[in-house]
Amino acid sequence: MQIYLPIAEVSVNAFLLLGLGGIVGILSGMFGVGGGFLMTPLLFFIGIPPAVAVATEANQIVASSFSGVLAHFRRRTVDLKMGLVLLIGGLIGAAIGVQVFAMLREIGQVDLLVKLCYVVFLGIIGGLMFLESLRAIRRSKNPAARPERKKHGLVHALPFKMKFRTSGLYISVIPPIVVGLLVGILAAIMGVGGGFVMVPAMIYILGMPTKVVVGTSLFQIIFVTAFTTLLHATTNYTVDMALAVLLLIGGVVGAQIGTRIGVKLKAEQLRILLSLLVLAVCAKLALDLLIQPTELFSLGVGGH
Amino acid sequence: MIRALALIFCLFALPLAAEEVVAGLSRDEVAITANFDGSDILIYGAVKRDAPAAEAPMEVIITVSGPSQPVSVRKKDKRVGIWVNTELVEVDKAPSFYAVASSGDLRQVLTRTEDLRHRISIPRAIRSVGAPSNVANAGEFTEALIRIRTAKNLYQRLDNAVKLYDQTLFSTTIDLPANLVEGPYNTRIFLVRDGMVVDDYSTVINVNKVGLERWIYDLAHEQPLIYGLLSLFIAIAAGWVASAVFRYVRF
Repeated sequence: MQIYLPIAEVSVNAFLLLGLGGIVGILSGMFGVGGGFLMTPLLFFIGIPPAVAVATEANQIVASSFSGVLAHFRRRTVDLKMGLVLLIGGLIGAAIGVQVFAMLREIGQVDLLVKLCYVVFLGIIGGLMFLESLRAIRRSKNPAARPERKKHGLVHALPFKMKFRTSGLYISVIPPIVVGLLVGILAAIMGVGGGFVMVPAMIYILGMPTKVVVGTSLFQIIFVTAFTTLLHATTNYTVDMALAVLLLIGGVVGAQIGTRIGVKLKAEQLRILLSLLVLAVCAKLALDLLIQPTELFSLGVGGH
Repeated sequence: MIRALALIFCLFALPLAAEEVVAGLSRDEVAITANFDGSDILIYGAVKRDAPAAEAPMEVIITVSGPSQPVSVRKKDKRVGIWVNTELVEVDKAPSFYAVASSGDLRQVLTRTEDLRHRISIPRAIRSVGAPSNVANAGEFTEALIRIRTAKNLYQRLDNAVKLYDQTLFSTTIDLPANLVEGPYNTRIFLVRDGMVVDDYSTVINVNKVGLERWIYDLAHEQPLIYGLLSLFIAIAAGWVASAVFRYVRF
């Protein structure tokens, strides 16, 4: 069944959109990532104009994250206090990111920079996570070598300490705010929720337990993407409601299924799967940059 | 005196000998609804004559042109091992849709000067004032524009697609694809004899979004804040409903 999208001004298959929303929703619920880093390139691929894809994707992430976070709330795996601290940084970061994006657009080459951002960040994060979870799996198979207790590093030496009971942490608020800020900047530039950067940062930099990380990340993503959606709707008029509804019907259902799958998997398995996924997307984007495209020319409607 | 009379005679004689187009469309409005999947338009008509047809065979050319927009065409090049957008040419005005149907081979039917004057063929319908001086091969960019849009069925060159009966009746079908831009679609019919345009006729097909499509589009542009909040509300509501439903559906 073909459907004409009023803002994107293209006609696409409705079931294709439902399916895409569903698959990305499952991943979103499983890993606590918004799924934007997968969905946005997929939307480009089926012919949605990039500006509409990025803006509408933000709206869809709100829905799937909200659906996912409710399931996590019931399981008490959301650290609200940590989420709010991260959010403060995230909103400031998103505002800065939008400015940076506008500056890059004036210089030109914003496309390339976004793609390079994707390749570099997905590559680093995916690689690190993959290696770390391999090591963790090897450790669990060999119970003789117990992991040593975490050392008190820089994160513990900073002032303004706060107790995060759900995460079982007593750390300074500065690292979470900085993490939120940096992720917020990246999210605005790359047009995603930022979960795929946020989740590993929470595990490896803040030392939060994996089970709490997913819910807290989703909680934070809702607000950052809602903010982005409003910005896009009021400045660029590029949020396509019809597209968003189709994607989010698939997305919210997928997120519920994904959350249940996520609970059944072990933390190490969850991490290794996410890292493989991140590396796959990274490889695809890197290949696009390295292999000669069949069509060297591209069109953009309107000035620039 | 005689010369003046001859001139007046000529002025009267011209329209007498001329041929005129009388044309009709199967529809002059295309409504874009939610399940819009392209549309066919039948364009038909006849040639009105006050005198017997001349010796040379007549040809008919029909063009349909969507709203024009500026388009930026970028070219990728290999820099430091990766493919990067390097050169940019801004095409001042290019129709979002353009179909040109003719009763013969367009290149043989029409002379180059007449094509230039009436902007009939696809390259002529695109207006490109000038590429920046640092771009070496500007023609390549317009060619790329035509190639990409032709592949999407947005630019159509339909040679031998106009059926002409007895040098008088003609008809053709233009297939509008699903990816249409809203606006007036200018439809022109040219009568051509010996490569020269004898008469032309133009009319407009209006392509408009209707119903839900119209409502969403208008709200997004006129009340962007309310539209944005409504989008968020839908998102939150959908997320909540799915979560509530799945609480009772165990698997």
